[in-house]
Amino acid sequence: MADIDTLAAEIGEQLGDQKTVTTEEIGEKLRTLIDEYHLPVSEARRAVISAVAPEDAPETMGRFDDQQAATLDAIEQAEEWIDITVKVVELWEPGSDAIAQVGLLGDPTGRMKFVSFTTSELPELVEGRSYRLENVVTDEYEGRFSVKLNRTTTITELEDEVTVGESTESVTGALVDVQRGSGLIRRCDEEGCTRVLQNGTCSEHGEQSGSFDLRIKGVLDDGTAVQELIFDREQTAALAGIDLEAAKEMAQDALDTGVVEREIRERVIGRYIEVHGPALGRYLLVDSFETSPETPDPEDLLVRARALS
Amino acid sequence: MSQQDIPTREVARRVFAGEFNSATYTFTESDAERAPVYALLPTGAPANRVYFVGTLTETEDVGSDNEYWRGRVVDPTGTFFVYAGQYQPAAAAKLRELEPPAYIAVVGKPRTYTTDDGSVTVSVRPETISVVDAETRDAWVLETAGQTIDRMQGEDPELEAYRAMVAEAYPDLEEDIPAMVVTALESVDGAVTDELPLA
Repeated sequence: MADIDTLAAEIGEQLGDQKTVTTEEIGEKLRTLIDEYHLPVSEARRAVISAVAPEDAPETMGRFDDQQAATLDAIEQAEEWIDITVKVVELWEPGSDAIAQVGLLGDPTGRMKFVSFTTSELPELVEGRSYRLENVVTDEYEGRFSVKLNRTTTITELEDEVTVGESTESVTGALVDVQRGSGLIRRCDEEGCTRVLQNGTCSEHGEQSGSFDLRIKGVLDDGTAVQELIFDREQTAALAGIDLEAAKEMAQDALDTGVVEREIRERVIGRYIEVHGPALGRYLLVDSFETSPETPDPEDLLVRARALS
Repeated sequence: MSQQDIPTREVARRVFAGEFNSATYTFTESDAERAPVYALLPTGAPANRVYFVGTLTETEDVGSDNEYWRGRVVDPTGTFFVYAGQYQPAAAAKLRELEPPAYIAVVGKPRTYTTDDGSVTVSVRPETISVVDAETRDAWVLETAGQTIDRMQGEDPELEAYRAMVAEAYPDLEEDIPAMVVTALESVDGAVTDELPLA
């Protein structure tokens, strides 16, 4: 019965201020519908919400009644209940026991983080497979959206693979810093783990030799805002003119991997660039860039400056 | 969790030397021990960090016991003074090695110093110094002109409070910033669009 209590609590929380009944009463109604009338959980949830939400809450009710297929790029509000058709792009290591799965979903309009909780006891999603997910809730943290799976979510695996598009962003500015952890790095060799080794140690899989990789964690600044960037091996080579082989040679000659980071700093800081790529968390993953972005027209600026004097 | 729990990186303002050297008023926005210090730009914006590009015209070790390097970096409106010592080893090494003249890009923090006669001078403590090309210099002048004009036109509502602060902090500011921007733009305009004169 703990399951129904969890569901009741979820519904109660979802109704928020519009709730006219207690969580226990919601639980009672659910028990009746599920145990006695053998309604599927999603139907029971719908029925309870229709029954307990007051008439004067058309907006909230509308959300449930009109709940529709949403594309990931259309998500711009938290606490929306939606249905999505997605491919599991990546699964990450859950940071706590409360989280069953965490990772990245994609559809033709973009990518988005998802979380499913241990208490929801959902079937596991498999990386690379495509699914129809009904009844997921949107969430927001610092302007970034994600979706949460919950007990009422139905998961249907699809035969046709969902195409994953890039929700590409473009940012222009000056590269004002290259952060630590840039240059020649080593990654964990354990299957499915790509963590960067710190002093030859993976935080999950312990001490090992690992495999070399090359990256830049950069900071782009346009004078009004700051954007952190990650250049992968290929983009690092394109920007700094140092490929993995050259980086390894530099490190061998200097008996120090840090020499690569210092050389990269030397070559890239202070330059203006325009970068394109998907945003992920606080980073933008650079897919491509231009080193001579467009500048404002001097004539237009002169007109504006003269108007001020 | 509120936004204040996450330290965000301070933006690097674009400001001409002529305006920067007048930014003698500094302030903090909280009483916390390590609260960031801002220089108040006369066009009405807080600057905890700046990014500028100019011509390094002179370097000198002005330290007594330890190396303490001073660089003069000239833009179309004036001179930035950049000081780097033992706590900025990479930047100090750069100033030691570079042969003026050279176009350099500097990312750094504004610092003020009150002299014995009570006047305040403004300088830069560099985080990074890098050699760049003339194209980057011109791009910086245009960008800085645009952002200086934006600040003067007061279009960013988030900067409203700083515009009010300027009236109190700099009651007799003599710097003619619009004229300074025009001068800066004319220097690029000529360099970029006009043919070189025939010899």
